[in-house]
Amino acid sequence: MPPVTELAAGTIQTTLGKPTVPSISFFLIIVVITLLITYWASKRTKSAKEFYAAGRSISAFQNGLALAGDYMSAASFLGIAGMVALKGYDGMIYAVGWLVGWPALMFLIAEPLRNLGKFTFADVVAFRLKQTPVRIASAIGGILTVLFYTIAQMVGSGSLIKLMFGLPYELAEILVGAIMLAYVLFGGMLATTWVQIIKAVLLLCGVTVLMLITLAKFNFNRGELNTEVANQYTQAALEPGGLISNPIDAVSLGLALMLGLLGLPHILQRFFTVPNAKAARVSVLYASGFIGYFYIIIPIVGFGAAALIGRDIITQIDKGGNMAAPLLAEFVGGTPFLGFIAAVAFATILAVVAGLTLAAASSFSHDIYVHVIRRGKATEREEVKASRIATLLFGVIAVLLGILFKGQNVAFMVGLAFAIACSANFPALVLSIFWKRFTTAGAVWAILTGAFLAVGLIIISPTVWEDVLDLGVGAE
Amino acid sequence: MAKDVRSVLESKEFKALVAKRARVSTVLMIMLFLLYYGFILLIGFNKPFLAQKIGESTTLGIPMAVAVIILAWVLTLVYVVWANAIFDPEVERLRGQLFGK
Repeated sequence: MPPVTELAAGTIQTTLGKPTVPSISFFLIIVVITLLITYWASKRTKSAKEFYAAGRSISAFQNGLALAGDYMSAASFLGIAGMVALKGYDGMIYAVGWLVGWPALMFLIAEPLRNLGKFTFADVVAFRLKQTPVRIASAIGGILTVLFYTIAQMVGSGSLIKLMFGLPYELAEILVGAIMLAYVLFGGMLATTWVQIIKAVLLLCGVTVLMLITLAKFNFNRGELNTEVANQYTQAALEPGGLISNPIDAVSLGLALMLGLLGLPHILQRFFTVPNAKAARVSVLYASGFIGYFYIIIPIVGFGAAALIGRDIITQIDKGGNMAAPLLAEFVGGTPFLGFIAAVAFATILAVVAGLTLAAASSFSHDIYVHVIRRGKATEREEVKASRIATLLFGVIAVLLGILFKGQNVAFMVGLAFAIACSANFPALVLSIFWKRFTTAGAVWAILTGAFLAVGLIIISPTVWEDVLDLGVGAE
Repeated sequence: MAKDVRSVLESKEFKALVAKRARVSTVLMIMLFLLYYGFILLIGFNKPFLAQKIGESTTLGIPMAVAVIILAWVLTLVYVVWANAIFDPEVERLRGQLFGK
């Protein structure tokens, strides 16, 4: 896969790729505000319960926003807008699939998960089984999922910052790593939650404004926008097309989009930040409401970008179409609005990476350090200290892997994370909740087989050998 | 305390309540699956149905995708309202009966 190129010159009138005063100011405002919140949160984060679960003090509405924040990553915002802009209707299928995971999560596992009152995914799986082996296995499954998800976000952030502010890719990686580490190390779950809430509000408002200004160009008539798209790109842009061509593809992609959510440790961990089951349910209702609204309006942004900017220019800036939404923002709202949207996209990535890092660190310190290495005898102080060290380690690894995987397709990387989540975590989690006779050996092997098969297939895949290690026949 | 919890867990009423919740979530899950897979299978088997025009150029597929999102959310709403307004009070009542509170 070729790296993202900068073809900013020529006929395109855009400040994308050049640092402008509005974009840098918005960016700095967001960073300063979130770091102030982290400082405030750091004074309240002492015990393990506070570090992992924000002292169970988050309200249902706040947690709903934070859940939505965790889920609306750069892949949702930039990815779906770009996919709709370039591929038309088929981008909407992803929007639908990613939403229906939420009711499924609610009906299948939210309730039993919340009732156990634990901190991590491994806590739930290990609840009725032999602690040590299950904890090691589920920590491996959880950390692997989070690691691949993080690589995707880091790769996305590097390309984005490079495109938006003109910073070198490696510097962008280090910058994201450093700010994100500050949130998690000092503020724990409380700071991470508030960063998610702010980012979710900014993202929802930003995209709403973008959609409204775009629709205003078509007299607030969705039909007129559709007609313009059909005139430029034929009626096919508004019809389902090549993405799902046969029933097997349909069933398989449908399952992956829907059930991937149920094995994501950083989402599951959010159920433990609210005071009770009632609040947990209401927070899922809020979260799926926000996410559903977001997925309903984001295709309008995508079609708007296709109609007003044009597919040629969008692909010229970024092959994957990831810059469709920022380009549209500049076209309809000028440089300041582009600055705002760019800063929101950046905040989105920071917040998601922070949530992921916290999940990985919790898994290491809580499951491996406390329960396996110290046999459950560590004090809370030691546990929080261990999770901070794990956070630092994970942050450094994330930056390094982000640099190693430079130029990879972000959606593809997220797909790998979902594949590990589906095959390692999801079966063990569901079986441990619903199958009374589920055994320790069963849980361990379910996770390890799924994890090693998924990772093994990734390692022997052409992406790693040809694109990352440059060893294959097709290497550039 | 452990004995109290056990007596609740093994009481007939509690088991009936648990079974009831399992029934409600299974029914909702099946409805969600039919809704979502109905949409996905239409894409797989019957593209012309979704491609038919309902406006000047707007296709039926666009409002259908929006409808699937909204209906999936409505199913979530149904569950949350049921759990918070009917299921939880019943659990509370049962707890009250068993502990004589």
